[in-house]
Amino acid sequence: MKQRHAAAWAAGVLAVTGCLASAQAQTSTADGIAQYRALLADGNPAELWEAKGELLWTQKRGSKNLSFETCDLGKGAGVVKGAFVELPRWFADTQRVQDLESRLLTCMAAQGFNAAEIAATPFGRGEQVNLEALVAYVSAASRGMKFNLPQGRTEERQMAEAGKRLFYFRAGPYDFSCASCHGEPGKRIRLQDLPDLAKSPGDGVGFAAWPAYRVSSGELWSMQRRLNDCYRQQRFPFPGYASDATIALGSFMGVQARGALSIAPAIKR
Amino acid sequence: MSDPMRIRAQVQGSGAVVRVLMSHEMETGQRKDAAGKTIPAWHITEVTAALNGKTVMTAQWGTAIAKNPFTQFTVKGAKAGDKISIAWVDNRGDSRTDEVVVA
Repeated sequence: MKQRHAAAWAAGVLAVTGCLASAQAQTSTADGIAQYRALLADGNPAELWEAKGELLWTQKRGSKNLSFETCDLGKGAGVVKGAFVELPRWFADTQRVQDLESRLLTCMAAQGFNAAEIAATPFGRGEQVNLEALVAYVSAASRGMKFNLPQGRTEERQMAEAGKRLFYFRAGPYDFSCASCHGEPGKRIRLQDLPDLAKSPGDGVGFAAWPAYRVSSGELWSMQRRLNDCYRQQRFPFPGYASDATIALGSFMGVQARGALSIAPAIKR
Repeated sequence: MSDPMRIRAQVQGSGAVVRVLMSHEMETGQRKDAAGKTIPAWHITEVTAALNGKTVMTAQWGTAIAKNPFTQFTVKGAKAGDKISIAWVDNRGDSRTDEVVVA
């Protein structure tokens, strides 16, 4: 009996030290990933998308032969700097709250493109490739600036509130919500630390780190694509590209991230 | 047509550090598409670096190089104002040359 007790005690000690060891391994893994990102940041291939987007911005395209210099991202026609950190916002011409991608779609429609057709195109094909480049260029122009989403209008506040509800909405075969993974600090999927989006995750984390170049797929992901993949992981039906649901989630995360520095386009594993 | 490279060249000590980011698919020829068909190999085969028109480095690349490759090297004796040009050729015969002035 005594022996068994001692064995149980020893096992308990082992379990405790085991926990300590794994906790240590976790922080060093996170540090390792941070180091990996820092090493790659110097040659972040997102720069290739930025360069392409910059060319596209001034190019006259579409059946109307217009460049993006007539495109208003909220800071006036053709103004790119500082626009990203104030999106999503309300636009008078479309009478909608729009995020960067949906606004770029509006501008492309003005150039003579079929916005609905582009929205239905799978990521990484056709005009979606150009959209990703534009997203990289526009977000890069606000690198190092603080998020400052306008919330002066009822529509903007409603959008952020709708996003909050979507964020906590549990559904699907896994009874999942965004908050299941992103609602408290210290959660992770395998090695990847997950940002706590229920409050401001801080400078260059979460909303402030997208769009980003993903080394694993060799592609630049916009916020729309990031959200699309979150929906896939939750086994939800895919949200429509630039749909109100995605803009609402963007508004919610953007409002939460107010004051955080944007490092987009960032680099991710 | 291929997308432009991003090249940065900065004087460091008695030479210049050159950093190049290339835009290329670098398809290995080992992957299959959704229909199960092999995606044909498509990768850079040769990279050439020149200082004021004189070749200073050549490299033979293959399928083991990553997509959108990044490369960094030092050119001895390069001074501010010198021209560094980088050229690549891929296995489809496509090529691209970009030039930058050492800063």
